[in-house]
Amino acid sequence: MTQTLDKKYLLNSQQMAEFVARGFIRFDGLVPDELNEAAMRDIDNNAIVGAPAGTPLSQCYEGTSIRQILDMPEIQGIIQSLVGADPLFDHDAIHVREPNQGSAQGLHADSIIDLRTNFDIQIMYFPHDIPLEMGGTLLLPGSQYRRVNEMDIAGYQNMLGQIAMVCKAGTILVLHHGIWHCGRQNKTDRRRYMFKVRLNPQVPQYRLWNTDDLDESYSKPKEIFAGRRDENSIQDILARGEPWFEAASGRLEVVNRIKQWRYLTGDDNFDVDYWLTRLENMPV
Amino acid sequence: MSATVRQKVMVLYLGTSALDSPVKGWSMYDGTGKDSYTTGDSSVPPYNNGLDALLDGWRVIQIPTLIPPYPGEEYTTSFMKYPFVFEKLEEVDA
Repeated sequence: MTQTLDKKYLLNSQQMAEFVARGFIRFDGLVPDELNEAAMRDIDNNAIVGAPAGTPLSQCYEGTSIRQILDMPEIQGIIQSLVGADPLFDHDAIHVREPNQGSAQGLHADSIIDLRTNFDIQIMYFPHDIPLEMGGTLLLPGSQYRRVNEMDIAGYQNMLGQIAMVCKAGTILVLHHGIWHCGRQNKTDRRRYMFKVRLNPQVPQYRLWNTDDLDESYSKPKEIFAGRRDENSIQDILARGEPWFEAASGRLEVVNRIKQWRYLTGDDNFDVDYWLTRLENMPV
Repeated sequence: MSATVRQKVMVLYLGTSALDSPVKGWSMYDGTGKDSYTTGDSSVPPYNNGLDALLDGWRVIQIPTLIPPYPGEEYTTSFMKYPFVFEKLEEVDA
């Protein structure tokens, strides 16, 4: 489905800034129960079959519950805002965590080390309730710009501010491709399921979301270190640290976010707390 | 029954190169076999900072080396920079 989408389904600039800062955005209970039940039936019947890598997403999953979920205008709006209206299918997986597992998966970033400023997204769909004892995907907010190669980081067992995806059926989690994550230990006597699909943009990721809320004032320089003035302003969202950030590297993470925001908006002068403008001052 | 010694290892990823800086991440391994640990099993750090671990009887066996950034990589972030490794020795029945 690639027809024109009502703007109201697109992400707004605050949501985009949250994604740029934290590397994820979640929508709890977004998929209705009847589709969650259909998805569980399709999983049980092995009816969910992917496609060759590089297939337009619009051509995937015909006749399945996953197609119906992807065609929801809310999901289309998320996809379109981040990677364009018809991104390419990369790969998918139905991740299963067996009951009463002895340990969790090691922390990792998917694929291999990735130097791009443009990004893929991974949509994770949780078709049934996930209580804490069942595990849920663990993710580390703000880790997406760290250059690591897959399981190199498996020695990190716990990080301050990590999020365990405890959620209701129908929850959608959208991740930047670089986010650190893993499947937590399932301590229940039931199998845990999660469907994941990775998508590649086919278009430049330039102002794909609803930018109506980007007025002329949002990027104006503010006084440095004056405290956070407006919790929801773009600059403040991008400046907000994560609990696990080291003092020094945490500043570099803000720079990483500024560079990502510049890429997404085409505004090469955008800054937060003067971090890049100071370095770019080259009097002649 | 004779006793023998086994090693418990704890890695604290701290906020700066100072041992008394805040804990940002942690990993535990128990060579006595009494406890087991895995990814995502705790949201609360075992200590607030590295010094608190010393006060509780842990011994530091490795401190992080400060390495200047490679030219061209000054703004790149990657692994946690300040892993401090601690040990405790415990007697177990042989």
